[in-house]
Amino acid sequence: MTTASLGLSRDDRPILIAALFILVILVAGTVYTFARFGSAPLLSPTYLLQQLQIGAFLGIVAAGMMMVILIAQIDLSVPWTLAAAAMMATSIGGPLAIPVGLGVGLVVGLINGIGVAYLRVPSMIFTLGVNAVMRGLMVAHTGGYAPQTAATDLMRMLAGDRTLGIPNALFVWAAVSVIVTIILQRTALGRYVYAIGNKEAAAYLAGVDTRRVTVICFVLCGLAAALAGVLLAGYSTKAYQGMGDAYLLPSIAAVVIGGTNILGGRGRYLGTLIGVVLIVLLNSVLSIMDMPEAGRQVIYGLVIIFMLLVYGRGERVTS
Amino acid sequence: MLDDIAIRVRQNIGIVTAVLLFTILYLLYNLAHPKGFSSAVLVQNGDEIFALAMLAMAQTVPVLASGLDLSVGAVMTMVGCFASYLLTGAGGTPLHLDIFGLHLGLGTFPGGVSGILLGIVVCLAIGALAGFINGCIVVYGRIQPIIATLATGAVYIGIALFLRPTPGGKIDEDLNWALTNSLGDFAATVHIFGDGAAAWFAPIAWIPVPFVLLILIALLVWVPFRRSVLGRAVYAVGSAEGAAYMSGLPIDRAKIAAFTLAGFFAGCGGLFLAIQTSSGNADIPQAGAYTLNSIASVVIGGTSLLGGTGSAIGSIFGAMVLRVISFFFRIFDIAPLLQPLFEGLILLGAVCIGALGVLRVKNTLELFR
Repeated sequence: MTTASLGLSRDDRPILIAALFILVILVAGTVYTFARFGSAPLLSPTYLLQQLQIGAFLGIVAAGMMMVILIAQIDLSVPWTLAAAAMMATSIGGPLAIPVGLGVGLVVGLINGIGVAYLRVPSMIFTLGVNAVMRGLMVAHTGGYAPQTAATDLMRMLAGDRTLGIPNALFVWAAVSVIVTIILQRTALGRYVYAIGNKEAAAYLAGVDTRRVTVICFVLCGLAAALAGVLLAGYSTKAYQGMGDAYLLPSIAAVVIGGTNILGGRGRYLGTLIGVVLIVLLNSVLSIMDMPEAGRQVIYGLVIIFMLLVYGRGERVTS
Repeated sequence: MLDDIAIRVRQNIGIVTAVLLFTILYLLYNLAHPKGFSSAVLVQNGDEIFALAMLAMAQTVPVLASGLDLSVGAVMTMVGCFASYLLTGAGGTPLHLDIFGLHLGLGTFPGGVSGILLGIVVCLAIGALAGFINGCIVVYGRIQPIIATLATGAVYIGIALFLRPTPGGKIDEDLNWALTNSLGDFAATVHIFGDGAAAWFAPIAWIPVPFVLLILIALLVWVPFRRSVLGRAVYAVGSAEGAAYMSGLPIDRAKIAAFTLAGFFAGCGGLFLAIQTSSGNADIPQAGAYTLNSIASVVIGGTSLLGGTGSAIGSIFGAMVLRVISFFFRIFDIAPLLQPLFEGLILLGAVCIGALGVLRVKNTLELFR
């Protein structure tokens, strides 16, 4: 039976396979814990919600990253945008903390967008430079030590507390997801994003202001990273050096595992969502198994390669 | 004749800029350094430059074929960790493998000079093998290079961590001394040319070994590759893969060769780094920093990230420019806290200046390549 006969489009197949793989991880992890400890923590809602709460930060970063990958660019400035937003938010404090944190993301996104769209510097290298500058600014600002300032109550409430038993961070993630889905599926901007990812010259000739759209995508990515930073600072009650380092590669991996083409123009947000859940669950199963860091890295890499071999293969160049 | 030179300069404007930038910066550095223009300063700089220069060369080859290799730093780290077991010299090292609760003895890796030479060959082969695996995944798996090497990079880092959960190991001290100093010290350590005292040898005894190695690798590995059919195919794939395919070029083999060569160069870098620090260290942030700096070096060295134009020689100069900039911080007493900021600003400034050409473009369509 081919995928076409199942009524699946090219974009649905990765999502379905990734979802199946999540089930495999859950079953394998449960079999392991049952055999070893006689319990099944992976199936308890409390544990799953807790894992998803941690996953929300990655999910928000990945949502922004997806906007940028869809237009065939990449944003390597995420780690220090995230950290800078968190550090600025905690050091300003008070009611302005969150707006200032998000403002950092907005400004970084704007600079990235202008550099990539108007100066035509490859995003790979421009955002790398911006990341280095942000790191430099933060090192100079904090003196290289962990900042002593603490997150505001609102930040802690958004990231750490629960409403009706569900972590607030999940609501924020859900809100971001709804916004991104609406942008991608219901607005002209979303159409432009896919058009640019497929062929920027064609989109330009069709009358799209491709440079403005590029800037908007980078701004959204910067905002998402900043939001994740603000929340992460709230969750751990403070900002710290290198807090964003663990989010760059997993966010790219989540987007790609979800079926978004790294060359842009193709992919659905649902896939990114599934990709994030897959990575989060994989991480938690590996930590239940007490896997040393070496094994984690190897398995992590092999899973990405395996998933892409199943459905992420490109087409052969023949003309 | 002059026209010819002018055309060649225009065609290689990126490399020429990098060479000029490096020359000016390095002269200024030596003028400002209290012990400038001495062999000691040169030796120290050579040691600091070598690993990044190798990684810049490594990154160049896949970039020429318009694919990025995000695993070069990981390959470097992994090879370094292998080296910390295989290059101990003297009596050799007993090797064993502890996996899944099993304890497997693998015999003893030989020591002495022959053991060290064998160890070097094995280390370089491991680097090349890692690159070959990257190439096969990209070509036969048909996965985008950037994401495939992101994944294999995680695997290689995992292997490095498995080998060296904590920094450690030992490298033969003579080897360390011979390779990280001047040619004179090298000759004295390996007992050639009358322990380096031969009269004809004196005028070149001051040259640092890392520079000699760099030039040898560039001349013996890169230049022949560049001139081979495979090398030309790499450029062709980078500028127009479809056209290269229609012209009957071996594009699959070219891509695999590009990644294998990248692994080999990264292996050279890792080997040197291990010899220089006398230990193996599975340092993940360091691997990431080297990967990113290798991309920056490639761009500063005048190679287009879109592929098809540029050269590994340019990337060497790109890497040297990056490193010299950090040397300046030592001289001019810039507060260490401000150094990362300056590094970032200079990198950003360099790529922006390189990008000013877009202002001259009259037809906007030309921007979308």
